[in-house]
Amino acid sequence: MSRPLRIVVAKAGLDGHDRGAKVIARALRDAGMEVIYTGLFQTPEQIVQTAIQEDADGIGLSILSGAHMTLFPLVVDQLREQGADDIVFFGGGTIPADDAAELKRRGVRAIFTPGAPLQEIVDFVNRECGKRRELVG
Amino acid sequence: MSIGLTGPPGVGKSTLSAALVRKARALGKSVGVVSVDPSSPFSHGALLGDRIRLAEHFTDEGVFIRSMASRGHLGGVAGATADAVLLMDAFGLDVVLVETVGVGQSEIEIAELAHTTLVALQPGSGDSIQVLKAGIMEIADIFVVNKADHPMANQMRREIRAMMEMLSFTGWVPELVMTQALAGDGIDALWAAIDRHAIYLNASGEMAVRRRAAFAHQVRQLALGRLERRLDRAVCGDFAAGLDPYAAAEVVLAQFGEERGEDAVGPGPARPPRAIVKGLT
Ligand SMILES: Nc1nc2c(ncn2[C@@H]2O[C@H](COP(=O)(O)OP(=O)(O)O)[C@@H](O)[C@H]2O)c(=O)[nH]1
Ligand SMILES: [Mg+2]
Repeated sequence: MSRPLRIVVAKAGLDGHDRGAKVIARALRDAGMEVIYTGLFQTPEQIVQTAIQEDADGIGLSILSGAHMTLFPLVVDQLREQGADDIVFFGGGTIPADDAAELKRRGVRAIFTPGAPLQEIVDFVNRECGKRRELVG
Repeated sequence: MSIGLTGPPGVGKSTLSAALVRKARALGKSVGVVSVDPSSPFSHGALLGDRIRLAEHFTDEGVFIRSMASRGHLGGVAGATADAVLLMDAFGLDVVLVETVGVGQSEIEIAELAHTTLVALQPGSGDSIQVLKAGIMEIADIFVVNKADHPMANQMRREIRAMMEMLSFTGWVPELVMTQALAGDGIDALWAAIDRHAIYLNASGEMAVRRRAAFAHQVRQLALGRLERRLDRAVCGDFAAGLDPYAAAEVVLAQFGEERGEDAVGPGPARPPRAIVKGLT
């Protein structure tokens, strides 16, 4: 049996809603992954340090506060700066399609908006983080 | 120095960890934290949430936090926890804290991994009875009655004290500390007790004994892991009809070169107890 994938689920920004993040965390857990849940109000530095220390395969970041165009790119930058951009970084929240397209150009691997089927998210994480695991070991 | 922290869910282990990390950092010590949560036996997934209470230390270079899922390992820790503690120690971290799963079962393995074991108790939960069971008295170097702000906290303290008075100890006598982890109350006293225990371990020569026991324990775990997988394959096979479980066990054991003899059911080797009821000799 292979080691389960390890995913950091984080919630950034100043809004206190982490229901979405908790649902994702639970879905990934039920899909057999080890989910490291960090709680509310994480900064990009905290999120990336957590992922490195936890040897995570992926980071899922939920943002509902509207600050997505600043926070997501900051995490991408941090990952590069720390030499950790092999970690699959994906996000979720109420994010307009144009913004999502721009974020993907800037290195966010996928953006899931409310109503995205959980199975789709699980499949994405399994596929992309599985590939990373094959490369990095 | 490694510190193990066990106790039932919700007693405040993670909050205590955070308070101890803060204390250690204030003393200029680097810290590693390993916290273990259970894996789901069904999906093998896990939700590891102990980090939440340590958020203030996420970007502190003097603190390294690793969450572990138990991955089916019993005993309150994960199979790789001992390795993680060793690595953090070898890396030069001054203090390594280990938070166990805390399902309240026999989490005695923590005592094999850590120099000092803290057993956290929840006031008003009847935990003092738990303490009498399952060898908790054997592993607790320090009892921590957390949530000292709880109305039943003093009763809990009296119960533990009364129980300890019934016992006579060889070597270290467990200390009892009241804390309010959330407010940071009692953490200085807890740290002082941990220090006293460390001094005792070194002065008494028990540190060397513990190191040897920990080594033996880890060797045992590694060997057992391999044997267990072989055994799992062996018991999957078809047994002759009419064979009772005892006879079937002999058939399997014969494949391992194990001779008929020792009783399969019964306690393992006895260890010298740390505490016995007064009046017994
Ligand atoms: N009243 C009170 N609550 C506390 C204290 N320490 C921790 N808690 C609370 O107890 C709950 C469980 O704490 P946690 O550290 O997660 O427990 P764990 O499951 O043993 O790790 C949390 O809501 C804490 O805020 C304390 O000293 N007093
Ligand atoms: Mg905890």
